[in-house]
Amino acid sequence: MNLNATIIGQSIAFFVFVWFCMKYVWPPITAILEERQKKIADGLEAADRAQRDLNLAQNKAADELREAKQQGAELIEQANKRANQIVEEAKDKAREEGQRLISGAKAEIEMELQRAKEDLRAQVAAIAVAGAEKILESSIDQAANEELMKKLASEL
Amino acid sequence: MANSHETVETAQTATEYVQHHLGFLTFGQRQDGSWGFAHSTQEASEMGFWAINVDSMMISVLLGILFIALFRFGIKGATSGKPGAFQNFLEIIVEFVQSNVKNSFYAKNDLIGPLALTIFCWIFLMNAMDLVPVDWIPLLAQTIAGDSHLYFKAVPTTDLNITLGFAISVFFLIIFYSIKIKGLGGFLGEFAFHPFGKWALPLNLILELPGFLAKPVSLALRLYGNFFAGEVIFLVIALVGYWQLPLHFGWAVFHILVVTLQAYLFMMLTIVYLNQAHQTH
Repeated sequence: MNLNATIIGQSIAFFVFVWFCMKYVWPPITAILEERQKKIADGLEAADRAQRDLNLAQNKAADELREAKQQGAELIEQANKRANQIVEEAKDKAREEGQRLISGAKAEIEMELQRAKEDLRAQVAAIAVAGAEKILESSIDQAANEELMKKLASEL
Repeated sequence: MANSHETVETAQTATEYVQHHLGFLTFGQRQDGSWGFAHSTQEASEMGFWAINVDSMMISVLLGILFIALFRFGIKGATSGKPGAFQNFLEIIVEFVQSNVKNSFYAKNDLIGPLALTIFCWIFLMNAMDLVPVDWIPLLAQTIAGDSHLYFKAVPTTDLNITLGFAISVFFLIIFYSIKIKGLGGFLGEFAFHPFGKWALPLNLILELPGFLAKPVSLALRLYGNFFAGEVIFLVIALVGYWQLPLHFGWAVFHILVVTLQAYLFMMLTIVYLNQAHQTH
């Protein structure tokens, strides 16, 4: 083993390759690694932000749902109130109508009653005349008593 | 390649086979003043310091280019969206290096990341060369060169010059950043005034300087030692005939661990040393 100028040659080659590596190999590859690290960090941050947004949106949706339910309940209550009111009105109207019908019917019954009374009166007069005729058949001259009978009938 | 030492060089003994495989393709000035490749390890060492191991250097640079090319190819059209399989693989490596840097390096320096990535991948590739059967690449080189005696070492980290090249470069960076951050006075003061204060200056120097100088030496020798030893075992295994197949497999499987571990260790120690260079007391 003998030492010779290969040491110097190797040292020169060493510095040349280190310089080459420093200039053309190391920077691009570390730049790529850094860029990827940054990309991953950005991606994670974006995921966090999306999660936060999602939570916010969910909260908002829950709030709106609650509000809508409340409004719905209010509307139903109003509707119920209105329905009750309508039913009450309808009942009043029906009662009125019923009253009117009843009074109409009563008047008609009264009229019928009057008519029946008239008929009855006429029939009673006829029966009375007929009875009287039977009693007085022989003695009473039809013709002579015609006037009397008419007078009697009208007085009834 | 069970019997290549017999087929290629019939007169070669086992010792010669191993020694030949441990020789380098050294280019330099021969004793007679002409320039060219050494024909023996003896001749190579006689060339002195101003020679170069062409095989280690070539494989080292080719693997460095392979490393840069793989990454350049992998990140072409890469996106920060869903990565493809190969991009994903490269990202795993880069993230692994990045997390090690983040855990062990507390100052801010844009050089450390690319430096650690280069060291880890490049040394890993060099180490991984020893998983290629020991005769394949030398035989390929011999065939191309047309010289059956050609020396060719396929695993650059079994060359102390290569590992020292790494370690000295890192050592240079340690000194450079120490002086840059702490100033020359602060840097030298660390050796002179720690751990016992300025009245025990010689003692401090004796304690601190060897530890500091041992850093590049231990870095280089650890890597070199592991792979030189591993290579010698591979060579010995290649000598045992057909039994080399299971043995080679077992040793290679074990070496997958060593390949990765030594690359990781070199990278981690570099990060730690440079972190120390950036720390002010």
